[in-house]
Amino acid sequence: MPASLAPAHNTGNPIAVEMRGLNKWYGEFHVLRDINLTVRKGERLVICGPSGSGKSTMIRCINRLEEHQTGTLMVDGIELTNDVRNIDAIRREVGMVFQQFNLFPHLTVLENLTLAPIWVRKVPKKEAEEAAMYYLERVKIPEQAAKYPGQLSGGQQQRVAIARSLCMKPKIMLFDEPTSALDPEMIKEVLDVMVELAREGMTMLCVTHEMGFAREVADAIIFMDRGEIVESAPPSTFFANPRTDRLKLFLSQILRGH
Amino acid sequence: MATAPRSARRPPGAGVKLSFNDPVVRAIFWQIVIVGAVGLVVWWLVGNTVRNLEARRIASGFDYFWREAGLPIGEAMIEYQPSDNYFRALVVGVLNTLRIAVVSIVLATILGTLIGVARLSRNWLVAKLASVYVETLRNLPLLLQLLFWYSVLQSLPPPREALNPLPHVYLFVRGLQMPWPQWTPELGTVLAVMGIGIVASFLVRGWAKRRQMLTGEQFPIGWTAVGLVVALPLAVFVMQGANLPLDVPTLGRFNITGGILITPEFTALLIGLVTYTAAFIAEIVRSGIQAVSHGQTEAAAALGLKRGQALRLVILPQALRVIIPPMTSQYLNVTKNSSLAVAIGYPDIVSIANTILNQTGQAIEGIGTIMAVYLTVSLSISAFMNWYNRRIALRER
Amino acid sequence: MANGRVAAVSLPADRPVAHGFLSRALLWARANLFSSWLNSVLTLVLAYFLAKGLISFVSWAFIDAIWSLPTQDTRPCRDARAESACWALIGERNRFILFGTYPFEEQWRAALAVGVFLALYGLSTVRAFWNFRLVVIWTVGLAAIGVLMWGGVFGLAYVEQEKWGGLPLTLILATFGIAFAFPLSILVALGRRSAMPAVRMICVTYVELIRGVPLISVLFMASVMFPLFLPEGITIDKLLRAQVAIILFAAAYLAEVVRGGLQAIPKGQYEAADALGLGYWRKTGLIILPQALRICIPPLVNTFIGLFKDTSLVTIIGLYDLLGAAKASIVEPRWVGFGVEAYMFISLIYFIFCFAMSKYSQGLEVEFSRHTKR
Repeated sequence: MPASLAPAHNTGNPIAVEMRGLNKWYGEFHVLRDINLTVRKGERLVICGPSGSGKSTMIRCINRLEEHQTGTLMVDGIELTNDVRNIDAIRREVGMVFQQFNLFPHLTVLENLTLAPIWVRKVPKKEAEEAAMYYLERVKIPEQAAKYPGQLSGGQQQRVAIARSLCMKPKIMLFDEPTSALDPEMIKEVLDVMVELAREGMTMLCVTHEMGFAREVADAIIFMDRGEIVESAPPSTFFANPRTDRLKLFLSQILRGH
Repeated sequence: MATAPRSARRPPGAGVKLSFNDPVVRAIFWQIVIVGAVGLVVWWLVGNTVRNLEARRIASGFDYFWREAGLPIGEAMIEYQPSDNYFRALVVGVLNTLRIAVVSIVLATILGTLIGVARLSRNWLVAKLASVYVETLRNLPLLLQLLFWYSVLQSLPPPREALNPLPHVYLFVRGLQMPWPQWTPELGTVLAVMGIGIVASFLVRGWAKRRQMLTGEQFPIGWTAVGLVVALPLAVFVMQGANLPLDVPTLGRFNITGGILITPEFTALLIGLVTYTAAFIAEIVRSGIQAVSHGQTEAAAALGLKRGQALRLVILPQALRVIIPPMTSQYLNVTKNSSLAVAIGYPDIVSIANTILNQTGQAIEGIGTIMAVYLTVSLSISAFMNWYNRRIALRER
Repeated sequence: MANGRVAAVSLPADRPVAHGFLSRALLWARANLFSSWLNSVLTLVLAYFLAKGLISFVSWAFIDAIWSLPTQDTRPCRDARAESACWALIGERNRFILFGTYPFEEQWRAALAVGVFLALYGLSTVRAFWNFRLVVIWTVGLAAIGVLMWGGVFGLAYVEQEKWGGLPLTLILATFGIAFAFPLSILVALGRRSAMPAVRMICVTYVELIRGVPLISVLFMASVMFPLFLPEGITIDKLLRAQVAIILFAAAYLAEVVRGGLQAIPKGQYEAADALGLGYWRKTGLIILPQALRICIPPLVNTFIGLFKDTSLVTIIGLYDLLGAAKASIVEPRWVGFGVEAYMFISLIYFIFCFAMSKYSQGLEVEFSRHTKR
């Protein structure tokens, strides 16, 4: 297995996502505690941690599906505030893939892919469709274009969801446990697409427990627990020398089966 | 015995042996027994009825349709005099039923949708008020509500002391009398312009859609339509001198004449049906919107769709598929519930047929007429809604 | 969407966890009532009209209301028609509205019958009785109600059915309607899913015919056509005719609900029962129905609510149920025009029954969905 892609070449790149002292509460429950994080363009970040540790919440703050309460969050040079224009601008540049795919069941695969380009990017239909077919080929299911999401397998649906995000030509991609809802035999086909995307230099933040994937593509892995970032390290040291007991325990649980 | 046909395939050439242990034989036997029993009951009832009719010397048949009705009807949408025949009286009733049903359905849909959306509002007061409305109206009998509204309207003052909430609008015990525009060529022009505006809006919509598909550019269709359908006719109206002669009600000594009168019967029935049905429609709309998973809204937002676009392109098309079947049955309910008109004296089909039944004594024909009318209406509405539903559902698979 | 300066996000920058009742209340109000300037305007406008409406209602219904009249003369009420409610009507006519023309001295029996009904409803919500015991309880309870209402035994004076009225009559129509319609509806629902085409056709025709026409036409049919159906010399009284019409009507609607429940049972259950060698009736009674009925309890309760409200239609064919009695209570010239008060009074009664049922069904729905999720 190749070692992780060396992070060194990224350090000079402009900053894609920057969180400074980010906090969030659900009522009394402190979900995010003082999160500081910098992701540079072209970096691949994998975020892991036990369930309820705040990892999904953190990446959902990036495109404002969740609102943070204190601290600053800059995405692609724009600060996320309550200004709708900023939120719209950021959402145009940030793609997201969900655990439950969230394809639109009333639209065909092709229509799912062209909806946002047509209505948000104002691309002519023909162009949008050409782009959609290009990305469908990239995720290796061009033959499913005319079908409805309900007729596809989970793995195919998730690949369509990835293609749907790519059609917006995003600068940053967020993956929120993209393989957790999939049967084991379908995980690989989705991960393959993600690996390929990573190799092309896409800035990616992935919440996932697929440690093989993390080893292969991540520049850094972040371990979160109880709302805070506990450890952050390149894959080599992350797995070999976990510093905290929390991470050791987590790794022993997650790697047991592997 | 019901699972018989599935296990009933015999090997070919096995020869047919009639045995009561053969499931097919059993199934046929039981069906004969049941159909026979039902047939016997029907035969007995019909026999009794025929004997009873003979004993009471009641003629049967629909010949009485063509006899003079001698029946005054309070409101009719077509020319009608008591000297017309029973058939025409029934037609008046059917038209009145359709009138109240159509107006109620339209208004109840609008009110119900508003309240359903209000129940989902993030504003606590709005959501709470809407849910109090729904819980109250749903949990009281419709007939009670109708009688309540009717007695509210009945307690209005006589014509001499008519309430005058707006200039020339009189609210009194005989209903609501208000000004009504008189027909003039100018009014005709304005209406014609409005008609052209509606057509033009559709054309613009088609053009805008084609252009967007070709170039990606979007066009503010909503505002254009408002301009074409509302602003343009208004401008024409003003240019013609803003002249709209009204037929204005005037207060006489014992009566109010002129303008248009909306009877308290119609109003009570309308208020009752609309407010009651809206409570049910609100629940349908609410659950329809909630049935679309939150993930859909999030996915639309993550793709950068604006809230309005997400609603129009993603949420509504899905919610409608959940909403339409129960909505159909509400529309059917409105139509059927309009028969409660008989309790407050609005001349719908039930009320008129019932009066005729009492006059002629032809019970079977009378009840038969009512049922036939409702079955026709019910079946047509469900046929239309099924067609519409199929059209929407087709897009899924 | 929130285009304003305020939003729940920006406020509690330093101390988002509020302590103390007041600050919590403020936070809540800010998030739920004043989250944007549009919402604030909406809240204020609504609050204004709500307050205005409530104040005028309270002063009409309570502060300025006339609770009793010194004499038989209702003129004081008429003079203050617009600004005060005349509850003197209820004070005078409540026994008639509640019990109709049931003999005055015997009305304690009707009241007791209502009590028995309430006890039956209460016991029916107890899970421990959801088995054969419920049938026993209901049989005993309904028999007791019959004895109380008719009398003629145990030294109770006989009261003929024509005199029954008010709340007991409404409860009788609704309860007997459900009690008889429910078993019938199960048969019809099974028939509609039967493999025998003739049976299926009979059931479909019955259900669609009834559901296609309004209840009032079925009631008219009962009142004018039933006498024609019976052999000469046999007559059944108006109450029984109405009851039969309600049963036939309710059964068609209940059958559709039960059918929904039957359809929700996975095919595997049928196959498992077949594999055990159970015959049709055993399979249906022991395996399918218990599950199907459990699934459709919430929609069944909703149909019961509808039926309970629908019993008020017997008013139109001249029975004095709760609504009919209220309507009749204002026929007397002295009280003509006081419908609003009479109808408000019985609204309260109808509302309590229906609201209780609907809360119960919502509770069950939540509980059932929790069970199935697990």
